[in-house]
Amino acid sequence: MTDVITRADPKPEAPVVSPKGGAKDRWVRRAPLLPALIFAIVVTQVPFLVTIYLSTLDWNALRPGDRPFVFLDNYVTVLTDTRLQSALLNTVLLTAGAVIFSMILGLALAILLDRKFFGRGVVRTMLITPFLVMPIAAALLWKHALYNPAYGLINGIFGGSTDWVSSYPKAAVIATLVWQWTPFMMLILLAGLQSQSEDILEAARVDGAGAWKIFTHMTLPHMRQYLELGALLGSIYLVNTFDAVFTITQGGPGTATTNLPYEIYLTTFRKFEYGEASAAGVIVVILTIIVATFALRVISSLFRMEESR
Amino acid sequence: MTTLATPAVKSSTALKPAARRRMGSAIWGVVAWVAGIIFVFPVIWMVLTSFKQEQDAASNPPTWVFTPTFDQYAQVFDRNIMPFLLNSLMASVFSTLLVVILATPAAYALSLRPVAKWTDVLFFFISTKMMPAVAALLPVYLLVKNLGMLDNVWTMVLLYTSMNLPLAVWMMRSFLLEVPREVLEAGEVDGAGLLTSIRKIILPIVSPGLAATALICFIFAWNEFFLAVNLTATNAGTAPIFLVGFISSEGLFLARLCAAATLVSLPVLIAGWVAQNKLVRGLSMGAVK
Repeated sequence: MTDVITRADPKPEAPVVSPKGGAKDRWVRRAPLLPALIFAIVVTQVPFLVTIYLSTLDWNALRPGDRPFVFLDNYVTVLTDTRLQSALLNTVLLTAGAVIFSMILGLALAILLDRKFFGRGVVRTMLITPFLVMPIAAALLWKHALYNPAYGLINGIFGGSTDWVSSYPKAAVIATLVWQWTPFMMLILLAGLQSQSEDILEAARVDGAGAWKIFTHMTLPHMRQYLELGALLGSIYLVNTFDAVFTITQGGPGTATTNLPYEIYLTTFRKFEYGEASAAGVIVVILTIIVATFALRVISSLFRMEESR
Repeated sequence: MTTLATPAVKSSTALKPAARRRMGSAIWGVVAWVAGIIFVFPVIWMVLTSFKQEQDAASNPPTWVFTPTFDQYAQVFDRNIMPFLLNSLMASVFSTLLVVILATPAAYALSLRPVAKWTDVLFFFISTKMMPAVAALLPVYLLVKNLGMLDNVWTMVLLYTSMNLPLAVWMMRSFLLEVPREVLEAGEVDGAGLLTSIRKIILPIVSPGLAATALICFIFAWNEFFLAVNLTATNAGTAPIFLVGFISSEGLFLARLCAAATLVSLPVLIAGWVAQNKLVRGLSMGAVK
């Protein structure tokens, strides 16, 4: 990865295809790749290296003077801080809750949409719509138009005067996320269902297999990869949930819905503890790498499937 | 929640298997319609509320019949939404252009004429997408601040480009792989230069994919909130920032909020509906067709 620093000028003319060409040919092949690669390294990797550096400083922006090097002190502070532990737990609960419920609903909806019926295209359009609403608009809509105890639609239809956000803060955030992310799961799972071979299913039917048996013995195993892909991509997006927490609960009541992104945001821009915020950031990246390793494995298995086709 | 009633199900004992199956699929169709309406209902409610007067919007029980009014939209424009929409438009359009310009050649070098170790490069790109923005926020903030680029649309253009680049590289790669190699090689044998083969062979096949990639990058840039709220204010504030500022300065004006939310969501709703066949491919980074 480091041998791309020196940069060749893009050549307009490529020589005849020869996978084992000389040095010149290798650079001609690399040339179209380099601008994007260098851009990605500069904009994403360099800041992260700086984050690692900042995480070793005792730096509060409100306090003038030195920023002494404290090595791992910030990590000790952050890892022993109960706020961060509760933020970690909340992140896991919010992410897992949103992913699991949106997967279940998404699978049910995908199975419904996998059949032919009148107006299927319209129904699909309706079902993907929540995903397209701007997340911050969706969060505001749920908070004020649906959850509001006095005039929200939920109490308006079902009666009662429950203050949904303060009584069930986690569920309120999760429900909003599930509403937005179910379409995403549905689309991926629907693609999986539709990639099943119709001939094999027909053959099973002819052999007298019932619908339930076909579903558990053929469809689910076939869907495994797609379920994994949906769960992992969903987790990667949802672990960064910020909009919904910021808008619906501001992390509260207390710290009931403060997840890691929101906690780091507070540490950075409300408490100005730059060193601690950076240490927490590094910890989040390490956690993400663990999840991402699984994600990459799933994606690369799909990828091999595609190559062998 | 809805007025849709399930049709009366007649006793099916007298029906033949084929008719029964048709009946069954009709019932599942109705279930699907009900599910679709439930899912889209909050959005419909948002749009309905945006055409109400405030007292109808904040009523309990909910107001279903009312005289539609454009007052709330007029109010939203009075509160100067235009600069925010323009900022969003600039950040989204320019970052999308930059993404396409960077990602398309890169995808070419990872598919049709692959470099050595192209899989490593591909996975490097996707791994940058997996890095949470919070982890890079502080150094980006400090750098941007020192350069005097806080609250600047071009900063957002660059950041959104890096946010969408991996997605676009993966997506474009999956579209470029659909170009039949034989046709490309035949063209080369006939003496077609690179530019000719791009124009005559690759572009016609790839352009729907290019459009879909651009649309999805546009959607993500338009909806982005986290970076915008931390790096922009009054000059470069994007549409999501307008919505949030709206709520804190206005208190609760539900109908007006719904009008603003409808306005800012509209471009992406339209883009998404148009591109819905390609949506899944983009969201799964080209892994699922």
